[in-house]
Amino acid sequence: MDFTLSKKHSMAQTLFREFAEKEVKPIAAEIDETERFPSETVAKLKKYGFLGIPVPKEFGGQGCDTLTYIMCVEELGKVCGTTSVIVSAHTSLACEPILKFGTPEQKEKYLVPLANGTHLGAFALTEAGAGTDAGSQQTKAVLDGDEYVLNGSKIFITNGKEADTYIVFAMTDKSKGTHGISAFIVEKDTPGFSFGTKEKKMGIRGSSTYELIFRDCRIPKANLLGQEGKGFGIAMQTLDGGRIGIAAQALGIAEGAFERTVAYVKERKQFGKPIAAFQNTQFVLADLATKIEAAKMLVYKAAIAKDTQKRFSTEAAMAKLFAAETAMEVTSKCIQLHGGYGYTRDYEVERMMRDAKITEIYEGTSEVQRMVISGAVLK
Amino acid sequence: MNIVVCIKQVPDTTEVKLDPKTGTLIREGIPSIMNPDDKAALEAALTIKDNFNATVHVITMGPTQAEAVLREALAMGADKAYLLTDKAFSGADTLATSTTLAAAIRKIDFDLILAGRQAIDGDTAQVGPQIAEHLGIPNISYAEEIEITDGEVSVKRWYEDRYHLVKAKLPCLITVLGEMNTPRYMTPGGIFDAFDKEITVWTRSDVEVDDSSIGLKGSPTRVVASYPKSLKGAGEKKVLDTEEAVEYLLGKLRERGII
Repeated sequence: MDFTLSKKHSMAQTLFREFAEKEVKPIAAEIDETERFPSETVAKLKKYGFLGIPVPKEFGGQGCDTLTYIMCVEELGKVCGTTSVIVSAHTSLACEPILKFGTPEQKEKYLVPLANGTHLGAFALTEAGAGTDAGSQQTKAVLDGDEYVLNGSKIFITNGKEADTYIVFAMTDKSKGTHGISAFIVEKDTPGFSFGTKEKKMGIRGSSTYELIFRDCRIPKANLLGQEGKGFGIAMQTLDGGRIGIAAQALGIAEGAFERTVAYVKERKQFGKPIAAFQNTQFVLADLATKIEAAKMLVYKAAIAKDTQKRFSTEAAMAKLFAAETAMEVTSKCIQLHGGYGYTRDYEVERMMRDAKITEIYEGTSEVQRMVISGAVLK
Repeated sequence: MNIVVCIKQVPDTTEVKLDPKTGTLIREGIPSIMNPDDKAALEAALTIKDNFNATVHVITMGPTQAEAVLREALAMGADKAYLLTDKAFSGADTLATSTTLAAAIRKIDFDLILAGRQAIDGDTAQVGPQIAEHLGIPNISYAEEIEITDGEVSVKRWYEDRYHLVKAKLPCLITVLGEMNTPRYMTPGGIFDAFDKEITVWTRSDVEVDDSSIGLKGSPTRVVASYPKSLKGAGEKKVLDTEEAVEYLLGKLRERGII
């Protein structure tokens, strides 16, 4: 058992860190403040192959492993929660299901442009009445000749209005419950497919979060992803992978807030000395550093498990649960160490705490992760 | 077209600390990077490769850990990498370094050699032009723009307050300014490929060169003292009439014992 990164992973980490510092960090506060989607960053992510890191080269990707991919999400998360989730949702939730369940034709038509960054992807499972209870899908897909006709709406969709390719879940047979759910690949600009309201969010404010509306939206039968009725399984397996990405995002946010706080406590003076000289500061930082390290071990272990094991649901759930709750605790305590300044938008920890909160909610709440973990423990 | 790029691994700082007692560089704790001017030279080569059918070879001389900058160059898009490493090469000054590098480059079928203007750990700017001398090819230094046309290069060369536009036939050697371009990032897939590629390692027996012209023996340079660059003070400004000014200046010169 070896906990050191290989030379190539270490070099990739250096690359992601440099890119994040130079290309992403400078606009992180601005895109948060103005709720602007960073299209210019996405163009750079495409240029350097960051939008298909774990996808094999034959499908337009970089041919790397999951660990490399999640280190990218982590490093982006250190400086910008928004950019981090753009990459995570695109890669884990759009590229991955097509790679795993797509036909050769679907891979050629949809995965290649996603993995080489020409297209951006999104994943549409959540509905107004189907959040954690994802099986209660109201969106319907009815086969009519060579086409499925989609009707319904999806909410809280990451990369919502900016994506080109959407993985959409809908009921093809309501009588079968979750076994009546199917997955579809839907292209932007398909007639009958439109956007509803843009969410006004607490954090990851540069991320494009939209409602998707389908009204008699006809999609080719060839765009059914996997078999009819197998959609729920596809969604759950996709989310297992996605959770490692979100766990990496949470880890990055925690590390980013921690790094800034370590620098701050060395500079900030009260009672005639840097606040780093007080034992309270030292002990808080010691606890946070330990939790961050533990989170990192869980996240990296889950990433390696995804590449080496058939099932990794429990590892992914543990990584996401622990990293998300660590991110929330770390950012909150980092603000505390910043005092009043930390509560202002002049300091990045303020944004990081708002960005951290969503990691406890999306791609399965912390409660869902506990359900998954306890299910495995008690089986 | 074959382009050879000479790169060097250097400590990552423009303010290298010196040991006040020995006058040598303190290298501990400083990460190593590809020399910035050399990275610009590599970017220039890769830009040519983007537009023409070119093979980019990168070469470095140094200890075995200098392999890291070759892997980085491969991850950026270079095609072949060569590491010149041997105890016999160590202790080399610029002359011995350029002699060794030139001997190695002769083994590669090259059309163009690119090198950085200078390395941030020594600032000599000598190795590139010396390689050109050893190989008997033209050298154009301080390039800000490079254009390739039909067996020729046109170079916009920085010259203090002006530019020179220089043309030369291939093969030739060009040294590149770091300001010339912004080097591209590596790609994740490029990194993975770089670690699958073989690096050609050349030792003493692989290069045809006299023992007397390599390593410490081949190095006539002796470093008397090293010191960091220091900024001059702002000076003083006086507004005086001519006679007063002459007196003032003479007084200052006498004060310093200059006259």
